[in-house]
Amino acid sequence: MNDVIGLAPWLVGFPLIGAAILLLGGKATDRWGHWLGVLASAASAVIGFILMFRMIGTPAEERSIDHHLWTWLSAGGLDVDLGLRLDPLSLTFVMLVTFVGTLIHVYSVAYMDHDPHRRRFFGYLNLFVAAMLTLVLADSYLLLFVGWEGVGLASYLLIGFWDTGRPSARENAVAAKKAFVMNRIGDMGLIAAMALLFAGTGALDFGTTLSDDAVGSLSEATATAIGLCLLLAACGKSAQFPLQAWLGDAMAGPTPVSALIHAATMVTAGVYLMVRSGPILEAAPTAQLVVVIVGAVTLLFGAVVGTAKDDIKKALAASTMSQIGYMMLAAGLGPAGYAFAIFHLLTHGFFKAGLFLGAGSVMHAMGDQTDMRRFGGLSRFLPITWITMGLGWLAILGIPPFSGFWSKDGIIEAAFMPVEGQPWRAWVFGSVAVLGAAITAFYMTRLFFMTFGGRRPRWTENQHPHESSPLMWWPLVFLGVGSAALGAVLGIGGTFVTWLEPVVGHAEHHEPVLPVPVIITTTLVVVVLGALLAFRMYAVALVPEEAPRGSVLTRAARRDLYQDTANETLVLKPAHGVARLVQVGDRDVVDRGWSVLPQAVSWFGAVFRKAQSGYVRSYAAGMAGGVLVIAVVVWLVVGLGGAQ
Amino acid sequence: MFEAPEIDWLALAPLIVVLGAGVVGVLVEAFVPARARRMTQIVLTLAALAGGFAFIAVLWPQIVVQPVQVVGGSVTLTPFALGAQGIIAVLAFLGVLVVADRTATGQDAFAPTASAVPGTSYEDLARRSGLEQTEIYPLLLFAAGGMMLFASTDDLIVMFIALEVLSLPLYVLCATARRRRLLSQEAAAKYFLLGAFASALFIFGVALIYGFAGSVRFFGDPSRPGVGVLPAIQSGAAQGEGMSVLLVAGVLLVVVGLLFKVGAVPFHAWTPDVYTGAPTPITGFMAACTKVAAVAALVQVLYRVAIGVQTVDPEIMRQLQMVIVVVAVLTMAVGTIVGSVQTDVKRLLAYSSIAHAGFLLVGVAGFNSQVQASTLFYLLAYGIATIGAFGVVTLVRERRVTPGSGEHNGPVGDDGVVLGEATEIAQWAGLGRKAPWLTAAFALFLLSMAGIPLTAGFIAKFGAFTGAASGGLWWLAVLGVLASVVAVAFYLRLLVVMVFQRAQDDPAEPLVKLAETTPGAAPGEAEVSTSGDVSTGATAGAGATATLTTVQVTTAQRIEVTVVRSRGPAAVAIAVCAVATVILGVFPSPVLALVEQASKFVP
Repeated sequence: MNDVIGLAPWLVGFPLIGAAILLLGGKATDRWGHWLGVLASAASAVIGFILMFRMIGTPAEERSIDHHLWTWLSAGGLDVDLGLRLDPLSLTFVMLVTFVGTLIHVYSVAYMDHDPHRRRFFGYLNLFVAAMLTLVLADSYLLLFVGWEGVGLASYLLIGFWDTGRPSARENAVAAKKAFVMNRIGDMGLIAAMALLFAGTGALDFGTTLSDDAVGSLSEATATAIGLCLLLAACGKSAQFPLQAWLGDAMAGPTPVSALIHAATMVTAGVYLMVRSGPILEAAPTAQLVVVIVGAVTLLFGAVVGTAKDDIKKALAASTMSQIGYMMLAAGLGPAGYAFAIFHLLTHGFFKAGLFLGAGSVMHAMGDQTDMRRFGGLSRFLPITWITMGLGWLAILGIPPFSGFWSKDGIIEAAFMPVEGQPWRAWVFGSVAVLGAAITAFYMTRLFFMTFGGRRPRWTENQHPHESSPLMWWPLVFLGVGSAALGAVLGIGGTFVTWLEPVVGHAEHHEPVLPVPVIITTTLVVVVLGALLAFRMYAVALVPEEAPRGSVLTRAARRDLYQDTANETLVLKPAHGVARLVQVGDRDVVDRGWSVLPQAVSWFGAVFRKAQSGYVRSYAAGMAGGVLVIAVVVWLVVGLGGAQ
Repeated sequence: MFEAPEIDWLALAPLIVVLGAGVVGVLVEAFVPARARRMTQIVLTLAALAGGFAFIAVLWPQIVVQPVQVVGGSVTLTPFALGAQGIIAVLAFLGVLVVADRTATGQDAFAPTASAVPGTSYEDLARRSGLEQTEIYPLLLFAAGGMMLFASTDDLIVMFIALEVLSLPLYVLCATARRRRLLSQEAAAKYFLLGAFASALFIFGVALIYGFAGSVRFFGDPSRPGVGVLPAIQSGAAQGEGMSVLLVAGVLLVVVGLLFKVGAVPFHAWTPDVYTGAPTPITGFMAACTKVAAVAALVQVLYRVAIGVQTVDPEIMRQLQMVIVVVAVLTMAVGTIVGSVQTDVKRLLAYSSIAHAGFLLVGVAGFNSQVQASTLFYLLAYGIATIGAFGVVTLVRERRVTPGSGEHNGPVGDDGVVLGEATEIAQWAGLGRKAPWLTAAFALFLLSMAGIPLTAGFIAKFGAFTGAASGGLWWLAVLGVLASVVAVAFYLRLLVVMVFQRAQDDPAEPLVKLAETTPGAAPGEAEVSTSGDVSTGATAGAGATATLTTVQVTTAQRIEVTVVRSRGPAAVAIAVCAVATVILGVFPSPVLALVEQASKFVP
């Protein structure tokens, strides 16, 4: 392992250099820039493979390597070292980010073919890959934060990528800003968590802060505060309740962006943060419980919203939110859940990226139409998209033997694990997980059949759907295969759980409150019921081209369960109120009563304006006066030493 | 009996190379034909500075183990002093590159004959016949050599001589601007008069110290034990009636002389006027190098006295600390607050330089050995950003366009279709589109000066404030951080103008406002451009209030802002500064380790 560890910095280096060339090179790189972007990402993927195979070859206890890069600064008690941590957890992410990332790069070459700013797009994508890899490879919270902000920046730039020259330009720009601002709220959490950690343990690197000693030295209250701050950060980045509102709007970005950033990788960074910070959360049971609750709420929230969305990308976004809710829930369950959280994250990365790219392919075929009520009967025209999306659909439903079954079933079983002293938890969270699976089955089946099934197409005029170019469907095939097989390959025999064990620790095996076969059977039954219901409503029955008014719940779900309204009433209005209050206070109280300060500043300015008269004589007088003043001040404050 | 002193020539080599090359440069003026003179001078100057630096590098391993006193302390090479010498050599090298650039206009920043009365036919003749003042290069070498000596002596008289050696060439250089010559000459006169005043205070302080100790050397001559300021203090002389007043007053006056050169409030008043009036490449050179020399000398004087008194009479040390604290607070306040209302780029950078003097003093006020390293790093980071920033200013110019005359793309005439520098901040609007790379570099320098992480400035400020905090002055460090925040505002304001505002040269605009009321501005700077046909309004001394000069330009002509192409050297300097700013911000450890070696000894 040590002979290849030197390659690790290049994981970040290649995409970073790629981004630099593409963004700084300007128009000169327009012709070949996109291929350079693909190459940079692919180079990272190759290094990722090499490192992972070497790591598989090393004994389990040697699988966590901190690779010191350089000391950024060292001052007094503070040493800020920058380094990479290579362990099964970070390498899992590396593989996901670089492999799926490369496929999406390839896909984008064709998808963005007609865009005049394709080169810039690839520059941002490379920047994202570099930042995401920094995030997961960092060996300290500080460097993680650099990556964290980096992916936030890339996400902002890419959501707002079409902020000019399109009818929706304004909305896109607003969506980008919304994502940025909501992420900032989360980032405050991360900064606060880092401050608390540094105050508590005197360090920010994982090696020190996550050690038993350091965590043991934190009081439970501090650990809880840190855990909750980290959760706030995770909620912002991963679109978890109550900071979930930006994800739906983020679909304004180009579809490959939605697939890479807002489905497969960046939005799962919150889960990574939770799992990475596991030891701290374990020291704070309250924080853990809050994590589980947030996960459970989001998982239902996203699922319900998903049932009513007619925009294919927004439906998928809601689904992403819900699936990350599953991961969050698992991450809050402690060592029993960590491995499954990451496992689900991995399989989800594949099938959701596949579903998004499939949606992109459909949109490509339908002239950028995203309204599913205007699709229907597309299976004949887009066979490859149909089959690959079908694999993704079966995977997310959790039908054995497809990927999602292995990971989601693990989470549901973990949710049913009894918690000492709180018997209600297993039943509540277990039921929520099963219920979520049923709703997931409903909305995904709805999405699938509204798009591909149906007895007659509901297209708008002049639609000639056609399968997209090989550059676009080959990535779909890869992701489809992943959706189908990855779960079984890694899940049978617990391969993946064992692989992660050096990082997340060995979980004591408890028996769930229900026997495992019963859980599996129940889950499958409700999933099939949900799917059948959707099939009856959207494949057998006719789908109206205009959305019916629907029930109260449907209407609420269409409007994201009034999350924007809630934000407006609960946050914006009070904030405006406070602002108005401050404004009034400022005008009537501060300006009248406390105008001393601005006056002092302008007086200061005036004095120095006069002082800066241009006359040498006054300058010299100022110097002489200055000497006197200083002498007097010294005399007054300290007194002349010898004269005492 | 006269015994020839033993002299460690190697220790003197950096000084000898630089000052010797200055002397050779004077001979070059006399003996080399005019055609080849400029090139010869540039090569000689750069070679001398590089050679000086090479000797410093050779000396370094030896000095960090054992400091050297040459000729009884006339030249005292501690690691700190040698480090300062090295930084001066590097910054002077970069500064000379900017000086040497004639840009695409084929003109450097200097008057053809500085002695010609502005506006006379003699001046026109000199300009037309293409005369050049290549004397600036030997002058630069003398100044640089003086600075290096200034930073590395134990003898206050030698320090005084060095002060004059570095100052006199700078006074002359300030007066040599090609454009706005009245302003330039006024700046030089001010600088000279105030500099003389500061020198007088300095030498008076030296006299008082001599009265106290019977010596002008701190450590004293090793061959004459017991003679020197420190031995005098330690022998209990300070306990004598009134003696400590002599010492404190003497040191205070010496420190004031040095603070003048540092540009600290209330001895800063010359800074904005001189920085604005001097030819911009010279401004960059002196803003960077003089600051290094002066701060280095200040640290040496203060810390040597502090070492001496801290065991005998700590009260004196507290007084000195108090002086620095007061000055630091004032300097930061004036630098940032007055800086934030400036409308001229050069003036803004001048106030920024004042503010940085304040930040440096915050660190120095900590009075602990760690400060030596952080101060050196700060000086390097600040100097690099400053030379780069002023280098950029030299390239942003006004251009007179006469529609229909073909002048727009035509040859650059003698009188200059490209006029002087466009230093109004408003004129920098839209620079990001005109010259993205230059703007990026300038942005980098501003961010570094603001102290944003991943630039050299952040590491520097971190070190300075840590220095104050570890000296127990937490509140001063907090104040420094607050002042930095205010300073960020004015750096970012400039950035916003450059990147996010549209250029104002709309062809339909017949009326060009060339100057506007500048709060805190001297009337002298209202004079805008002596070249070109726009007559200038107010000149120096018109009154205490700032003057509004609006010049009506005929519809046929208008002034645009353009970025002239560098002929190479300035671009190299700017690029080097930009890269160094990033490297020192991202990988500071090697340089930090290097300057760390400087803090092992008394400075």
